[in-house]
Amino acid sequence: MERSFIISAIVEHKPGVLHKIANMFSRRGFNIDSLSVGETVGPDLARMTITIKGDEATAQQVIKQLAKLIDVINVGTLDPDRTVQRELALIKLKIGKPEDRSMIMDYTNIFRGRIIDVSTDSVVVEITGTPDKMNAFISLSASFGILEIARTGITALSRGMGSIQIENKSEGIW
Amino acid sequence: MAEMSGAKALLESLKREKVNVVFGIPGGANLPIYDALIDSGIRHILCRHEQSAAHMADGFARASGMAGVCFATSGPGTTNLVTGIANAQMDSSPVVAITGQVATSFIGKDAFQETDTMGITTPITKYNFQPRNANEIPIVVKKAFYIATTGRPGPVVIDIPKDVQNQEAEIDFPKKVDIRGYKPNGEPEMEGVKNGAKLLADADRPMILAGGGIKASQAHQSLQRLAEFLNAPVATTFMGKGCIPEDHPLSLGIVGMHGTPEANTLILEADVLLAIGVRLSDRTTGNIDEFCSNAKIIHADIDAAEVGKNRIADVSIIGDANKTLNKLAASVVRKVQKGKKDEWVKRAEQLKNEREISESGDTAFAPRLILKTLRKLLPRNTIVTTEVGQNQMWAGLFFKSYLPRTFISSGGLGTMGFGFPASLGAKIAKPSVPVVDIAGDGSFMMTENSLGTSVVEKIPVTVVVLNNSMLGMPAQWQRFFYNRRYSAVDLKRIPDLVKLASSYGAQGVRVSSVEELEHAVKTALKSDVTTVIDVPISPEEDVLPMVSPGNGLSSTMGVT
Repeated sequence: MERSFIISAIVEHKPGVLHKIANMFSRRGFNIDSLSVGETVGPDLARMTITIKGDEATAQQVIKQLAKLIDVINVGTLDPDRTVQRELALIKLKIGKPEDRSMIMDYTNIFRGRIIDVSTDSVVVEITGTPDKMNAFISLSASFGILEIARTGITALSRGMGSIQIENKSEGIW
Repeated sequence: MAEMSGAKALLESLKREKVNVVFGIPGGANLPIYDALIDSGIRHILCRHEQSAAHMADGFARASGMAGVCFATSGPGTTNLVTGIANAQMDSSPVVAITGQVATSFIGKDAFQETDTMGITTPITKYNFQPRNANEIPIVVKKAFYIATTGRPGPVVIDIPKDVQNQEAEIDFPKKVDIRGYKPNGEPEMEGVKNGAKLLADADRPMILAGGGIKASQAHQSLQRLAEFLNAPVATTFMGKGCIPEDHPLSLGIVGMHGTPEANTLILEADVLLAIGVRLSDRTTGNIDEFCSNAKIIHADIDAAEVGKNRIADVSIIGDANKTLNKLAASVVRKVQKGKKDEWVKRAEQLKNEREISESGDTAFAPRLILKTLRKLLPRNTIVTTEVGQNQMWAGLFFKSYLPRTFISSGGLGTMGFGFPASLGAKIAKPSVPVVDIAGDGSFMMTENSLGTSVVEKIPVTVVVLNNSMLGMPAQWQRFFYNRRYSAVDLKRIPDLVKLASSYGAQGVRVSSVEELEHAVKTALKSDVTTVIDVPISPEEDVLPMVSPGNGLSSTMGVT
């Protein structure tokens, strides 16, 4: 059965690593839905959050192929029920009529977003949340006219004490 | 700590990895390395094409079990290496390729002979490095050899910009290496071993499918011991050929597209299959849905990503083949089911005998008789390499292999032109052992210029060319699957191989009978110069049996 998987990987934070990982996906025909990368604990480590769609076997293969990469220090899937996930989107909306501005402010408040830039004929809204929330806001605000959207892709952590450790890469991967 | 150039640090680091020979070609971007080479004491084999340099390093690695090293310059030097590197990757061979790169200030500027070596080699290497400072070179070399030779072996590229080769720096040579994202262990988990052992003990018709992983982990004896203990017939993948002596009573030869009838038949009858050191590739399994569909499969490999990639395993064991086999042997509790197993082994023997009888009447001087004659003529320890195509599959079927690391062929990538340079690399690794390349004319012509290297560097091997002036395998497929419509397979005129050999300073001889072949081989084995034995064969010869692509192993054509 096809579903979404959130994969979290701790990787070496150095040039060329993103290429090696992206290359593995393209070479083996796996699709990336979203990808976010950033520095994590320690300046020489990065955390990648990758979402993919597929069946269980595909997800297993993706994990194993990622684990096999030497620059991947540890990798695992996050259980959606025990995971907090967020995405950030910046959405630039057109102000067609003067009353649009207050309506956009209302919607933004309802979605607990923020207006971070205003000009005479446009506003930029910042929304943080799950992808569903993002999509709901985007479809709601479509009537104003969407000028641009920039989304970060999902980033996620497991709830509670559980964590993807850097020390214990599953041995025997090779 | 000592001050030296990056190039000198490279050569010194290679010596510390016990490298005493490298294969390569100099060019603009690796001249500092070649200058440092003069005083290094490392032997250099000058190749005629970088592809051959990589294949020689590969052949050296497969014959010796140590990493093979090749040098090339940037740009075309590196792109020429690519085929050889990809070949090593597909067959898990520890090749360390060291390429020159344009100076760091030119990288990304499309400078003369610049190519994106890191980008090009990422998908075809186990890992690649591009040190940007001379003082990184020793640790990079240490890591490269560690990565190439441990776990599932594979090629590693070190791409060194020219200014880094020239840079003088304080150099420190590390003794140890620690890569936090790479911890090959190889110790199989007991749970898988116990489950596997139980399946094997309870099996009525147990069988082992052994692959290249047996060779990589030197697990030949453990394999044979477990097979004898279980009374389980052993088929091998093409890469695993010879990992059990092919004259052993339990050996069934190769399974797959050009497998032996007994291996292809029995593997489908087995109720438990121990697939070890194999990746269950399409050429081995045929149609995967029909492969052992009613059997339980225990899949053991050191590369976790191979288990479950092509077929779901009933029991998976991740670990080194030798350790896995020993643990399995220790865990299998022998059950009293002797009777059933005896029947199973008798059936294997019967199928083998039937085939051997059917083949015993050969009189025509055709590939099967030629290869069987060769086997009789060559000492057991002879290292045989093959080219790719019909010659290779005939060798797989009809040239028995007895000892570890004596059958060297391009299995995964199927690289024409591999066999001859690989034979030179193997000969350098094992100078006292006869080395023979079983070749076809099409394949041999792709790297035939290595004759120059073989003569000048005094590396005597024997090349037996099954010469049909055809690209024989595509011709066979056009006969079988394209209604005999030949398209671009007839080479029409290839050089006179006897004259070709002599023009390089090698010797050439043409044979057309068993007696002539015997004489030629005996002479060649005593010679201190490479011999090309030209063996004209009919262009209509097919490799049979054959499972046509997409079919299951049960639909074998041409079983006599």
